[in-house]
Amino acid sequence: MVVALLVITFVAAATLGAVYVFTGKPIEAARLAKINKAIAEVTPPFDNNPSDEVREVPVDGRTLRLFPAKKDGALVGIAVETATTKGFSGLITLMVGFLPDGTIYNTAVISHAETPGLGDKIDRSKSNFSVQFEGKHPDNFQLAVKKDGGDVDAITASTISSRAFCDAVERAYKAISSGQWQ
Amino acid sequence: MNWRLITKGILKENPTFVLLLGMCPTLGTTTSAMNGMGMGLATLFVLILSNMAIAAVAAQIPGKVRIPAYIVIIAAFVTILQLLMQAYTPALYEALGLFIPLIVVNCIVLGRAEAFAAKNSIAASALDGIGAGLGFTLSLTVIGAVRELLGSGALFGYPLLPSGGITVFVLAPGAFIVLGYLLVLFNKIKN
Repeated sequence: MVVALLVITFVAAATLGAVYVFTGKPIEAARLAKINKAIAEVTPPFDNNPSDEVREVPVDGRTLRLFPAKKDGALVGIAVETATTKGFSGLITLMVGFLPDGTIYNTAVISHAETPGLGDKIDRSKSNFSVQFEGKHPDNFQLAVKKDGGDVDAITASTISSRAFCDAVERAYKAISSGQWQ
Repeated sequence: MNWRLITKGILKENPTFVLLLGMCPTLGTTTSAMNGMGMGLATLFVLILSNMAIAAVAAQIPGKVRIPAYIVIIAAFVTILQLLMQAYTPALYEALGLFIPLIVVNCIVLGRAEAFAAKNSIAASALDGIGAGLGFTLSLTVIGAVRELLGSGALFGYPLLPSGGITVFVLAPGAFIVLGYLLVLFNKIKN
């Protein structure tokens, strides 16, 4: 009995180890490709590799990653990987791109688990909600939904998801405006 | 080759519409036809391999520890699948999320292992796995297609209805409603 279980668990563990080693590189590559794609979506065209120059900035107890995008050595934008736990279900991870002066260039949703058909409209492919952030400077564009006295039009029936999105963008702005990353 | 082993899983012993097994992934992942099909294929993969592996080793496993042994074998295949999906189909992996590791506790997989694979040859068990897996895949794809069409006005991601859809169908209550009506329809046709 012990031998049979031992053999089975040993074979299973060895197989898993082999598959883990075998898939390690592609998994890492898929993860990086996703980050790089998000960076390219939210910053003006650049010619460096922002993932190589990543900076980490702690904001409100969460560490955000900043990816400086440069063209011919000059800074053209900063992509900030930000997240919030204030969503309707689980973590929402965004990539927010800023121009060097702090204006929001673009945003992209990296991952979320919001309700399909309602909260998932934070995603660009589902609705135009996130378009309203483009070209706005957080200093004169209150990052809160109109219900809370801000300037953001919330998604109908998804105020919580909209609030969470604002929260994540706000945190990203805090990360770059603190100046710690330079 | 015994075709009955395959068709049995699709019609007479359809895991979803007849045996009502694996309801959790059925209701949880069928928000679109593509997600339903992805979940079905993932389960199909695990079913075939775990059925074959269990048929191969069942004779050597003492009766007292057979369930833990089966679970270890199934969990190993699920984890392999999870790693492969993370590496090669990251988008689908994210859409299915938590439900991939949950295949381990899917009653269809352990059910087929205990009821069929443990007592039959490797080849027959593989066919049985294909049958049950295809039955599950087809059911989930149909449920997903109906929910996507009614809920988002699209099919496999292609928009068909310009007006969008009735949101409730992509939410949890819609899953129960669609499953209920499809159950009635399937069993009406089958009898």
